[in-house]
Amino acid sequence: MKLHLMKILITLSLVLSFQVLSEDWTQFRGPIGNGVSTERNLPIKLSEKNLKWSIPLPGRGLSGALVLGDKIILTCSSGPTQTRLHIIALDAKDGGTVWHRQFWATGRTMCHSKTSVAAPTPCSDGKNIYAVFSSNDVICLDLDGNLQWLRGLTADYANVSNSLGMSSSPLVTANTLVVQVENDSESYTLGLDKHTGINRWRLDRPKAANWTSPVLLRQGLIGLQSKNGIDAIRTKDGSKAWEYDEGASTIPSSTVLNGVIYVPSHGVTALELNKADASNTPNQLWQSSRLQLGTASPIVIGKNVFITNKAGVLTAGDTKTGERGWQLRLKGPFSATPISAGKYLYFVNEAGLLQVVDTEAEEGEIVGKLNLDDQILGSPAVGKGAIYIRSNTKVYKISK
Amino acid sequence: MKSLAVGLLTFNFFLTAQAASISDSIKTIRAVGPEGRGNAAATKAWKTLSQAEVDALPQILRSMKGASPLAANWLRASVDTIAGRSKDLPISELINFIKDHQQDPLARRLAFELIQNANPDQAKKLIPGLINDPSVELRREAVAQTIEEGNVKKDAKEIDAAIKSYRKALDAARDIDQIRTTTTALRQLNETVDLPRHFGFLMHWHVIGPFDNTKRSGFDKIYPPEKTIDFDAVYEGKNGKVQWSKFVTADQYGMVNINKAYPGPGDGLKEVTAYAYTEYEASEAREAELRLGCKNAWKIWHNGNLVFGRDEYHRGMRIDQYKLKLKLAKGRNTLLIKLCQNEQTQPWTKEWQFQLRMCDSTGTAIHAADRPATPSNGTDNSKSTEQSNRRPRN
Repeated sequence: MKLHLMKILITLSLVLSFQVLSEDWTQFRGPIGNGVSTERNLPIKLSEKNLKWSIPLPGRGLSGALVLGDKIILTCSSGPTQTRLHIIALDAKDGGTVWHRQFWATGRTMCHSKTSVAAPTPCSDGKNIYAVFSSNDVICLDLDGNLQWLRGLTADYANVSNSLGMSSSPLVTANTLVVQVENDSESYTLGLDKHTGINRWRLDRPKAANWTSPVLLRQGLIGLQSKNGIDAIRTKDGSKAWEYDEGASTIPSSTVLNGVIYVPSHGVTALELNKADASNTPNQLWQSSRLQLGTASPIVIGKNVFITNKAGVLTAGDTKTGERGWQLRLKGPFSATPISAGKYLYFVNEAGLLQVVDTEAEEGEIVGKLNLDDQILGSPAVGKGAIYIRSNTKVYKISK
Repeated sequence: MKSLAVGLLTFNFFLTAQAASISDSIKTIRAVGPEGRGNAAATKAWKTLSQAEVDALPQILRSMKGASPLAANWLRASVDTIAGRSKDLPISELINFIKDHQQDPLARRLAFELIQNANPDQAKKLIPGLINDPSVELRREAVAQTIEEGNVKKDAKEIDAAIKSYRKALDAARDIDQIRTTTTALRQLNETVDLPRHFGFLMHWHVIGPFDNTKRSGFDKIYPPEKTIDFDAVYEGKNGKVQWSKFVTADQYGMVNINKAYPGPGDGLKEVTAYAYTEYEASEAREAELRLGCKNAWKIWHNGNLVFGRDEYHRGMRIDQYKLKLKLAKGRNTLLIKLCQNEQTQPWTKEWQFQLRMCDSTGTAIHAADRPATPSNGTDNSKSTEQSNRRPRN
């Protein structure tokens, strides 16, 4: 009976994690971190009329926005050596500043010129906002901008840094904030108590620079990607549930949908999570070396997993077999991972060209374009019928 | 009359209680420690503190003096919150706070920005007086303004006056971008700028190598220079016998290029370790910062004690990449740096070099008592490896 109940709970948990529960955009790549939006009212045939506002930002950044109710949350860094950290809340309606909090970086701020100290996208549990910066400053604010706690991880672990810049976005699940600070030297992933910021656990991780972000496998179980592969970690105590050890990329992150994790490994490798198993030990469905990713992470719509390569070519792969389907040349290059709404994919390239692709057209078709003429490196956010895209200098709202 | 007295007493009691709660909150926040220790108490204290009236701002700013960087961030968040809900800041108290050089530099900068937001004209008036402020954070606008004055004079063909402005800006500048801007402007007017001296780069070294670093093992391996400095000694290196040689850099940003000392085939030696050693004569015992730029794995020892090390390769390099606090002893100080090159062969992995300078916490150069003139020619050991038993001085 007990076992049966556990199976029901696990299945329920998996089912819940496989669905988009909220309109809010609460973390990197949306509510469950796979780029999928439930919005059905986004503009498709784009024109200048769809650009509702653009607001200058107080600093640089490539972190994505959060959409929390009527607020847009963004992080930035400024100053001659990017030592000033900003967290701002804008009014979604007109872009007006609701609140603006600033902090001093307590860790190293050196980054490659293309990235920024404000590279990781913050996350939220709907009550608080958790912002992480490349300086390893972790800051928790409530939705009104009131400080709840902060940590300076470089103060605690002096060699946690990457001279090219850190970019892993945090993830909050089951009372734990997961912060992946993996690098060539002192390399960790930490599980922090989301209420206090105190360590619940700290894992030694492979000594190698890693720009990927953790993914949610189910409530309380996350996937940590590294050059070694994927480790499934229980967030209650940091223990390992299972591992996939065939190696993985250290730039694009994995994507989870419908109980399958699509790992940037040997092209793309699809691992099906076993719902009947308490640890969700996966079975490998397929591996396709013909699905070679660039910087952007994969995204799944219906029967296809979509990837973009370094040349900006969009490729559809079959989620059941990994077989390569149609290909469509987009105008790249892309750093930002696309988002989806219904059958449409929204890509924004590094020059700021937003491109909408109808994935149900026979060979895929670009059905909308809007040129923001700005360097865009961060993944868009979606909420309440609008897309929010940020550059190093501005944030843009695009809607019908 | 009686009710007025009761009212005043109550008000006085309220003020005293508020002052006490502010002091207690500050004390709790200042106690936050490593790994989140004290966070739970600080969260409660912050809630109280952030509800303080706007006239508490100077007290909170003063409390940043001596606070840890983490505590300072907690305190600054309360300042932002209090100031954010008030349109009537205590401007004259904030100006007095800025004028007090004994206060925390970042807190003084924060006070300046509060004024800048509330009363931009008032802030503008303060700028010229900040050009030699002990807080580097407060100099920036004043330096920028002086550079602009130089530009205006240059455009008006008032060259001597322009040079004077640029010199003034350079002397005050501590941010790298402003130093570069003023140096360029001065050189365009045929002025000489001694950048190594301005920064305090260490230019004179002895080097020894290559030792082995196969599979990056050399970073942890203790080679003879880590045990003793003996310029006459001959050791077994990776490719045969090795001994110390003099190395002088004339690079304007103090770059010590080990590839010049030990040129290898193609893009240089791989999987090797070298050491560089120098001495620094301090005129007084004092706190200082060693500031390093390096994209190889490295370790630094000061007077035989390990200061810090980092085993990261080819992720990037910039001036002041690492800021290492140390206490200079009066008289002779020794500095030893270990520099490891790894196995990578990509075009961006050929550098095997570092730049090191001695300065105070504001970035102002601290020169050795016997610092020689900046060399005009550096060593290119592909041509010569001058043997010298004379100890290098910076």
